[in-house]
Amino acid sequence: MAHGEVKHDYHLVNPSPWPFVASVGALVAAIGAVVLMRGLSSNEADFFFGKGHWTLFLVGMGILVITCIGWWGDVIKESRAGDHTPVVDIGLRYGMILFIASEVMFFVAWFWVFFEMAIFHGHRADWVVPTWDEATAQAWANWPPPHVETFDPFHLPLINTLILLLSGTTVTWAHHALQTGDRAGARLGLILTVLLGILFSWVQFAVEYPIAGFAFGNPDGVGNATVYGASFFMATGFHGFHVIIGTIFLAVCLFRLLAGHFTPQKHFGLEAAAWYWHFVDVVWLFLFTFVYVMPYLTMQN
Amino acid sequence: MTHEAAHAEGHGHEDHRPSLYDWKRWVYSTNHKDIGTMYLIFAIIAGLIGGALSGLIRWELAAPGVQVFAEGAAITGWLNLDSAHGYNVTVTMHGLIMIFFMVMPAMIGGFGNWFVPLMIGAPDMAFPRMNNISFWLLPASFILALLSMVVPGNGDFPGFGGGWTLYAPLSTSPAHHSGPSMDLLILSLHIAGASSILGAVNFITTIFNMRAPGMTLHRMPLFVWSILVTVWLLVLSLPVLAGALTMLLTDRNFGTQFFNAAGGGDPVMYQHLFWFFGHPEVYILILPAFGMISQIVSTFSRKPVFGYLGMAYAMVAIGVIGFVVWAHHMYTVGMGLDLEAYFIAATMVIAVPTGIKIFSWIATMWGGSIDFKVPMLWAIGFIFLFTVGGVTGVVLANSGVDTSLHDTYYVVAHFHYVLSLGAVFGIFAGFFYWIPKMSGYRYNGFLAGLQFWIMFIGVNIIFFPQHFLGLQAMPRRYIDYPEAFAFWNHISSVGYAITTVGVLVFLITLAEMFIVKRKAGANPWGEGATTLEWTLSSPPPFHQFNELPVIKPDTHH
Repeated sequence: MAHGEVKHDYHLVNPSPWPFVASVGALVAAIGAVVLMRGLSSNEADFFFGKGHWTLFLVGMGILVITCIGWWGDVIKESRAGDHTPVVDIGLRYGMILFIASEVMFFVAWFWVFFEMAIFHGHRADWVVPTWDEATAQAWANWPPPHVETFDPFHLPLINTLILLLSGTTVTWAHHALQTGDRAGARLGLILTVLLGILFSWVQFAVEYPIAGFAFGNPDGVGNATVYGASFFMATGFHGFHVIIGTIFLAVCLFRLLAGHFTPQKHFGLEAAAWYWHFVDVVWLFLFTFVYVMPYLTMQN
Repeated sequence: MTHEAAHAEGHGHEDHRPSLYDWKRWVYSTNHKDIGTMYLIFAIIAGLIGGALSGLIRWELAAPGVQVFAEGAAITGWLNLDSAHGYNVTVTMHGLIMIFFMVMPAMIGGFGNWFVPLMIGAPDMAFPRMNNISFWLLPASFILALLSMVVPGNGDFPGFGGGWTLYAPLSTSPAHHSGPSMDLLILSLHIAGASSILGAVNFITTIFNMRAPGMTLHRMPLFVWSILVTVWLLVLSLPVLAGALTMLLTDRNFGTQFFNAAGGGDPVMYQHLFWFFGHPEVYILILPAFGMISQIVSTFSRKPVFGYLGMAYAMVAIGVIGFVVWAHHMYTVGMGLDLEAYFIAATMVIAVPTGIKIFSWIATMWGGSIDFKVPMLWAIGFIFLFTVGGVTGVVLANSGVDTSLHDTYYVVAHFHYVLSLGAVFGIFAGFFYWIPKMSGYRYNGFLAGLQFWIMFIGVNIIFFPQHFLGLQAMPRRYIDYPEAFAFWNHISSVGYAITTVGVLVFLITLAEMFIVKRKAGANPWGEGATTLEWTLSSPPPFHQFNELPVIKPDTHH
């Protein structure tokens, strides 16, 4: 048998510096993050290791951003060179679905915390914690806690729900337009999706968050209230972060569409972005239902 | 079986194999075998470091009183670990290093990378470049973990000493660990988790998408099945740990109170989140060993595995049930009796598929023409000792019993029997089974056999007496103990010294093998070795299966 000749359609990727470079970036960024939060030198003026210095963190993040551009740029080049045969394409689909599955499990952790707090607060009211005064202990009898003024879900959160659902339809529109060869429609659909994504982030981070009636965290504050704020902001905040990632992903696809990278038959980059976008959308629907609406309704009772 | 001859003729592709000394071959690698080799070397280095830490533990516990970690002691002083806190740091890092930087890289990264593509007839992994970042994130993570041992942790004492589970409030309260050590450790585990998730995505895609023609799921070798189940557990459990670690980080640095009861949070919630990851994690550590033992027992009994499908789906069942038993690690936190009853029942159920595996291995050997080569010695040792750890696990599954045994040396003995004597025996079994394939050289059977017997005796002397200590209620994670526990602790430490000799013999075996260079044929194990890797030369070509093999229905596993 002729071993020298490749007779399969799999993609044997060429050696690449990016994985190693990315690992160096991750290491530097991690050390930089600890420097930012805690400092690794007793001398606070130390440019690299003094507490609060951004140097290492920014260098590490810079390396990671460069890696993203270089690595995924290579993937795009390989795709355009024809390395992504049908079987490789199926592999990419598996990969993307599994990545999203792991992301779902990441959100499970945040919902877990929220439900634990929402469902078992009464149980915890029976605890005897030495540092609790009467008021704190009483606070456990209710969820959301008495000091918390939750958002009216049928105001900004509802608007954001509609924005996100609408963006789900525009990305589907773009995809169908691309499949049927309607490039102008695809372009318009994608532009609208990206704009709606930006609008969502703007409403969430610039309009909604600043007027929250509770704090993210406060080492000295009344307990229960901070836990509500922390679980709210971590869950919705990580979702918001994923919206930004999804928006960047879609924007890259928009540029690739304008550059003529996508054909009606072959456009997995856009499909992956759309899958990711729908995942972000579904997470939001859960957040809207359980983090916004349900505490609001129970509070009214 | 004609592949080797054909391969010898068609030498063209061999020219593409880069030099061993070309640094780019390793740093830039996109080759599953090279990446697997790097994982194995990394695991050996990490294993020696983690093993040295356990040496400090056993040395300290050899006699009552504080010796090795006494203030100013030379042996620990150079790392500033000469304190009771230093002992706790040593225990913590021994656990973390052995789990995240030794067993997982060796089994999944090393053997998984090397043999999953070979066994399913694939030319490489699905995402070869991503495969390399899965590896290279590990040294980054390991550097962070080692760094955490030398920066301030508990006040001026360096390192984190709260145990590998990183329980709050030890990991969150400024009263316990105010220094940057814990933050480095959190980010270390974040990065190790990212490495494992990416690797898991890669394995699932490879196994689902790149099986050779005719290699149906139900014809896959059991090692591939074991990796498939393992990586599913990784994908679904590690992100939850990532969430819990992130909460630790915000509790420490951004004023949240997730795990602080005084602030309205709940430290027990950390334990739930941790063990939702942690329990699947212990199956992650053992399942690949199950797979390897199946291959080895079958090979050296010259029989197909007894009850192949049962063996495959037993692993699937263990994986699934493994997700719903986590709170048996937390019987003493004060959960309700109904909840305890559920977790007892669910935990006991796991004994059923595990029993299926043990009995099927024995049934595979039954009536077989057994060849007691070194991998088979390790495999039989595994079956014997894993069963011991399994039955003490059933004991501990009962919350009533566990209430008194929780956090005693009985638990330490239990999980070392399934991991140190289970998983690690599995790793040695796999190592000697496949080293002729990976290196192209045969090991010295006498030296390797000597290592097995020394280690078999040594580890049993370490860990069996710990059952007695636990039943006498000696708590774990303490630097000192009363006179009453002295005898069995001393015996246990003698066992460590014996095991150390075994590790030295292992290193000598390795060195001897690479110096003497006895060439290995394509299949050194004979007719019992039926999986695809034995159809290739030893070592296999740099890129194998340029023409995909076709699997026929009668191929057995």
